[in-house]
Amino acid sequence: MDTFEKLRILTDAAKYDVACTSSGVDKGSAQQGMGSAVACGICHTFAADGRCVSLLKVLLTNCCAYDCQYCVNRRSNDTPRAMFSPRELAELTMAFYRRNYIEGLFLSSGVYRSPDYTCEQMIRTLEILRHEYCFNGYIHVKAIPGADPALITRLGLLAERMSVNIELPSQEGLRRLAPDKSKAAILRPMGLIREKVQESRYELARYRGAQAFAPAGQSTQMIVGATEDTDLRILRLTESLYRKYQLKRVFFSAYMPVVESPLLPALTVKPPLLREHRLYQADWLLRFYGFTASEILDESHPTLNPLVDPKCNWALNHLELFPVEVNRAPREMLLRVPGIGTTSVRRILAARRHTTLTFEGLKKLGVVLNRAQFFITCGGKKPDGLRITENTMLAALISRQGVSRVTQELLPRRLEQLSLFSASSAITQEDVQQCLTGQI
Amino acid sequence: MLNRTDIIYRYDGTWEGLLGCVFESFLHRTIPWDIQCWDEPQLSLIHGRVVETDLNKARRVADSLRTRISVDFYDFIKQAYLTCLPDKELQILILIHKAYRVGPQILDHLTDDTVSKLTGATEQLRHEAHLLTGFIRFSLMGAILVSQIGPKNQVLPLLAPHFAQRYPREAFLIHDQTHGMALVYRPYEWAIVPMTGLEMADPDAEEMRCRTLWREYYDAIAVEGRENPRCRMSHMPKRYWRFMTEFQREERILPYGPSILQ
Repeated sequence: MDTFEKLRILTDAAKYDVACTSSGVDKGSAQQGMGSAVACGICHTFAADGRCVSLLKVLLTNCCAYDCQYCVNRRSNDTPRAMFSPRELAELTMAFYRRNYIEGLFLSSGVYRSPDYTCEQMIRTLEILRHEYCFNGYIHVKAIPGADPALITRLGLLAERMSVNIELPSQEGLRRLAPDKSKAAILRPMGLIREKVQESRYELARYRGAQAFAPAGQSTQMIVGATEDTDLRILRLTESLYRKYQLKRVFFSAYMPVVESPLLPALTVKPPLLREHRLYQADWLLRFYGFTASEILDESHPTLNPLVDPKCNWALNHLELFPVEVNRAPREMLLRVPGIGTTSVRRILAARRHTTLTFEGLKKLGVVLNRAQFFITCGGKKPDGLRITENTMLAALISRQGVSRVTQELLPRRLEQLSLFSASSAITQEDVQQCLTGQI
Repeated sequence: MLNRTDIIYRYDGTWEGLLGCVFESFLHRTIPWDIQCWDEPQLSLIHGRVVETDLNKARRVADSLRTRISVDFYDFIKQAYLTCLPDKELQILILIHKAYRVGPQILDHLTDDTVSKLTGATEQLRHEAHLLTGFIRFSLMGAILVSQIGPKNQVLPLLAPHFAQRYPREAFLIHDQTHGMALVYRPYEWAIVPMTGLEMADPDAEEMRCRTLWREYYDAIAVEGRENPRCRMSHMPKRYWRFMTEFQREERILPYGPSILQ
């Protein structure tokens, strides 16, 4: 089998892994080798699905001993199998990196022979890259659950970032769909990585010559829509992963029906892309906007509102806190205004030290007022000519595109998931209004 | 604010030349109608004054800006000079006049017209440079990595440190078609030199193999069922595509025949 075919098969097998970032660490160059890394990450291209391609994301092999129902590489699936040799993959990485096609390597693998054997092959690949080619770029490597802790430690010393996929948001889901994996087997390597990262931070600060273990931290991902888990459950799990395991990122991947199984949604079901999008928005609120999971969702509202983003939803449910005076409000409150992001807040804080902000001034700062105007005042004044009625707010807060996407994507199936709506087939203007004004 | 006069300063287009215009403006206590490059055709009837570049004067202005305002401010206007803002020279001059009155905190006056214009322009410049750190595609020609770009802003000074750090032991060249400049690097030094045209030699077999592998990878990595051309285009505007390997498909019909790829 030639490299072309291997690359095609092993890319195809790896593409459902969502994480492809190269962020989290600044690395100057090694004068002898090749490569660097920047903390903000660099996207080298965008695939036809609009996702950033930053790393060469491949599996070392797609031969797998496991039989997880949702996975294309499960052992019972009839699909072509291939395997890179460590040197072949290292050479390919260098050839791509040199031409600036990629920022580094994302290496994952099916479990071939045993977790330990697979892990050793991955270590071999990274060792060739790091030691023979003096590669100094970004490497993201998957920890293979079940591998010996000593091997995982060696992997971590060669990589910038490590990840273990949590796969499904609940233990029931795992038991049903991934019978070979258990929650404990997934969380164990996560705990190990957390400890090693902390240990190496401490040592780096104290000793010269200490080695960095996964300096860009660890991440994970879970599949959304393959099981019946609610958004609330997913968000709570996400929050606790950030707190307990100090993860850098939690990725969500809308379940793509790739296999026919009685345990899974049918092949005709479209991936819940909007739900995935809303979860990412909520994730950002957790990480950058000072929200907690319980503020975004609670037991009586376990599902994210498909019509408006989670921040907007929160604001509409807390109208008593608005409007906010832009010239005096603290940073935390400005961050909670729909339509105002971290960049806008930074600019507002810098500018208002020297001048009193008006709506004109906000526009010059680059603050987009479409949504924010309903929730702020400048010097005690509302924008001129703004009529705050339900209709004008509606038009501003949800895009037309949003409504059509909701009607197409969500309603025809899984009505039971949307407690927001009655069983009628389409969203009426009335539904939307009720939803926004919090009557439902 | 000083009086606007109906004079146009004409300078040689260099950074030092622009600093000379600043010197001229402070010397005569006037702000010109406009500042233009020599190369630009003179379209108005307004009287033009040629400002010769004097390195000594330029150094005096630079020293003054750095010590009496701040180093950050100096770096900011130096970036502003690289942007594609049509009247950047005049805006920079006005900003300098304001900065001498207000001090280095002038850059926080984001609601000021001049500041907001130049801040916007420099942000655009940095954004374009950041995108290009990813979108640039090198071809191996002999032992040299060669690449072409067509940016709106003069991004080469911003790209130089990044790529010098990334490929410390390589020799590379990035040709900026728009501005007729090229960044040339060999271990461990770089320079930006004028270069009008660049003829790319035919790629050799190894180069062709890499390009084809990359296209193979690009096609395979997209998830069918999630196609989103608008999303791709907003992240990666089409003007970058013509320089990117994954969108140059005509080479698929190879002069060598496919066997050489193996």
